[in-house]
Amino acid sequence: MDETPKTDTMDATPNIDEGLLSEMKKRGVFVTSMQELYNWGRKNSLWPLQFGLACCAIEMIAAAASRYDLARFGGEVFRPSPRQADLMIVAGTVTKKMAPQVVRLYNQMPDPKYVIAMGACAISGGPFKEGYNVLKGIDRYIPVDVYIPGCPPRPEAMLDAFMELQRKIAEQKLVGDDKSPHLDDAQPSEYPVPEFGARDLEPPMNTDIYTPPLAEREE
Amino acid sequence: MAAESLEQIKERVEAAVPGASLTLVPNPGPAAQDSLVLDHAHAVEVATFLRDDPELRFDYCSNVTGVDWLDRVEKRKVRVMRVVEGEEREISEMQEERSAGYLEAVYHLYSMEKKHGPIVVRLRTEGRPGLPELPTLPSLTPVWRAAEFQEREIYDLFGINFDGHPDQRRILMWDEFEDHPMRKDYSPPDDYEYEPTPHDAVLERAKENLSRRPDKDGCESIV
Amino acid sequence: MISMNDTMPPPEGMTSKLEGDILEVSMGPQHPSTHGVFRMNVAVDGEIVVKLKPVFGYLHRNHEKIGENVTYLSSMPYTDRLDYFCSMTNNWAYALTVEKLAGLEVPERAEYLRVILAELTRLQNHASGVGFLISDMGAWGTPLMYAFREREKLLDLFEALAGSRMMCNFMRFGGLRCDAPPGWLDRVRKLVAEFPAFIDEFEALLAGNEILMARSYGIGVVSPELAVSAGISGPMLRASGVNYDIRKVDGYGLYPQLKFRVPLGDHGDCADRMMIRILEMRESIAILNQVLEDVPEGPILDPKSKPRNFKPPEGEAYGRIEAPKGELGFYLISDKKAEPYRYRVRPPSFINLTVLEDMCLGHTIADVMVILGSVDIVLGEVDR
Repeated sequence: MDETPKTDTMDATPNIDEGLLSEMKKRGVFVTSMQELYNWGRKNSLWPLQFGLACCAIEMIAAAASRYDLARFGGEVFRPSPRQADLMIVAGTVTKKMAPQVVRLYNQMPDPKYVIAMGACAISGGPFKEGYNVLKGIDRYIPVDVYIPGCPPRPEAMLDAFMELQRKIAEQKLVGDDKSPHLDDAQPSEYPVPEFGARDLEPPMNTDIYTPPLAEREE
Repeated sequence: MAAESLEQIKERVEAAVPGASLTLVPNPGPAAQDSLVLDHAHAVEVATFLRDDPELRFDYCSNVTGVDWLDRVEKRKVRVMRVVEGEEREISEMQEERSAGYLEAVYHLYSMEKKHGPIVVRLRTEGRPGLPELPTLPSLTPVWRAAEFQEREIYDLFGINFDGHPDQRRILMWDEFEDHPMRKDYSPPDDYEYEPTPHDAVLERAKENLSRRPDKDGCESIV
Repeated sequence: MISMNDTMPPPEGMTSKLEGDILEVSMGPQHPSTHGVFRMNVAVDGEIVVKLKPVFGYLHRNHEKIGENVTYLSSMPYTDRLDYFCSMTNNWAYALTVEKLAGLEVPERAEYLRVILAELTRLQNHASGVGFLISDMGAWGTPLMYAFREREKLLDLFEALAGSRMMCNFMRFGGLRCDAPPGWLDRVRKLVAEFPAFIDEFEALLAGNEILMARSYGIGVVSPELAVSAGISGPMLRASGVNYDIRKVDGYGLYPQLKFRVPLGDHGDCADRMMIRILEMRESIAILNQVLEDVPEGPILDPKSKPRNFKPPEGEAYGRIEAPKGELGFYLISDKKAEPYRYRVRPPSFINLTVLEDMCLGHTIADVMVILGSVDIVLGEVDR
């Protein structure tokens, strides 16, 4: 059959009575849907890219250390190479000198890939917002999935963001109009890398994915 | 604090390095760290003397930094004799003193051998030319290796050309960058956009929902 | 089957000896071991390093420019973010410089607490530094986990006192922000009593380890003359044998009244730098034991200091302390306004890297990571 399967056959667990499901489980029969199984595998084995920029990196390491164990959520294996990672935790200030490198690393990660912007600096420039060398937020060039506010955010906030990302992955659909971007050929998976200009990066932002808030102020 | 006072050091330096002229700049304020301004032609010789003299032995250059002084106009009230209504009287009037701007490199020197210090040594440029022309100062990297990276940073951020530096190129900004950001007249590219703060949202709601109490708030409207 | 055997003649067009060129490798800015976004352009001949040029600026957050636009007190939270492991000592260096600039004095209880906080910071910084170094050598994070276990206990103390684990923002001009809560000093005493057991455990794991010895003895030697000329400070300088500890030389704070030794190294190699840090941890414990004996009661802020509308008199000042990484200095020029005219940080990690190329020449590329780890840099301080 060449037709695309209908959305609801790949959706969340089909409409089976809960009692029947638990009965079957007791007998060793587990009923689920493709989407749930696929997403369950992905969300419980996220491999972060070992990529700490500044102070938030220390809290990220603390989150991965023995007290606030990140391994319980599956995020234990920090891979140094972007080709082997599927989660980039941008922890710390992204400077304009570093921004092309960050975008390049994002492009090198294989799909499906996710970005967590950790800390105020990665979200919007943070305390260093008036900086000639500070990029006012990494979402100017790459799409971000979860934002963690804080300066630095506590390791528990990092764990909460991880769980939030897992919830987001669990809801991603495999087919249909609102399917997840990595399965959609129309969505880009690589973004243009900015160049160093004479005064600023060129372009200063990727207008396809980012529009700055309007500067309207009541006098 | 050096064992000798700064005046004594200045005299000895001027005696040892013929032709050198140093100026003592007093430092107002409680810290009392006065400094010596060196002239360009003999700066390296004076620095070598400070490093090698057996009494001083300032072998540790701790901090090298740049400062940007714009053209300044100082207004002072001065009492002068002026002819007022046919009579010569003493009145006070405002006088302007213009000092030309310059860039300077400040060196803080300590002695690891003798465990004294600091003395502060300054090198001032002749005037403050507009970009892209850069003023020049002699580099003290041949005397103290510690100045190598810090003078590169002054070149990068302040735009002072160091004559005799082994490897002068930008250190903190990218190579294609063309400005010198720490100068006082640098204007950053305009991407510091306005974001409504939580405080703005609070004020909006207060304006809609609360009545005004000018007697308590001290002003006519909650703005 | 082609083999490079000398008895068999090589196939046509192929030489039997490989003639290579110099290869240029860029280590960083994203690398598992570079302590942050630091890049080194290394030219290697086979495996031997022929040239090494570090590239900075990937974390340049123009702290100095911000310092000129905000008030003196507003710069205090930014000093936390310089060497983000040691926020208390950064705060102390800045507060000390402003106190010099404005002529403020610090009451006694504040001095005691400042020394306690500085030495606790030194403990956790040296433990983490050695942990990162061994993790760079390939121990895949286990010693780092041990060090972070102790660090978490110290961070609990900081959080109970200052409200934040890392960015404490605790020192004020003329004293501290607030007094220690009741029972805090007893918690510190308990931790200090238990800490030597951790240092013993750490040292036992390191000192006799063959791999560590082979990878760090004789690697990255810095001679004392080069160290002094290049402005090196801190444990790296003392590992080369130069006896210069700012706590003894300048005698700021409470240190002139305390008895402690300054460990010195003989060789100036990576092993010496690592062991110096462990010995300094023991000296910090000795200092803490002396200080914690009786901490006097009293005010914690100079009554002359005005937190609001702080405008120091005109002038300039350079103040420095012995931070765990080296000599951390601040240079402030005031022109009677609420913001400084010039605000400069003298970063120890940046200047300690002056001799990176000298240390790495002639060693293999694997040694470069060990040498960089032994310098113990933090990029927030290098790039500011």
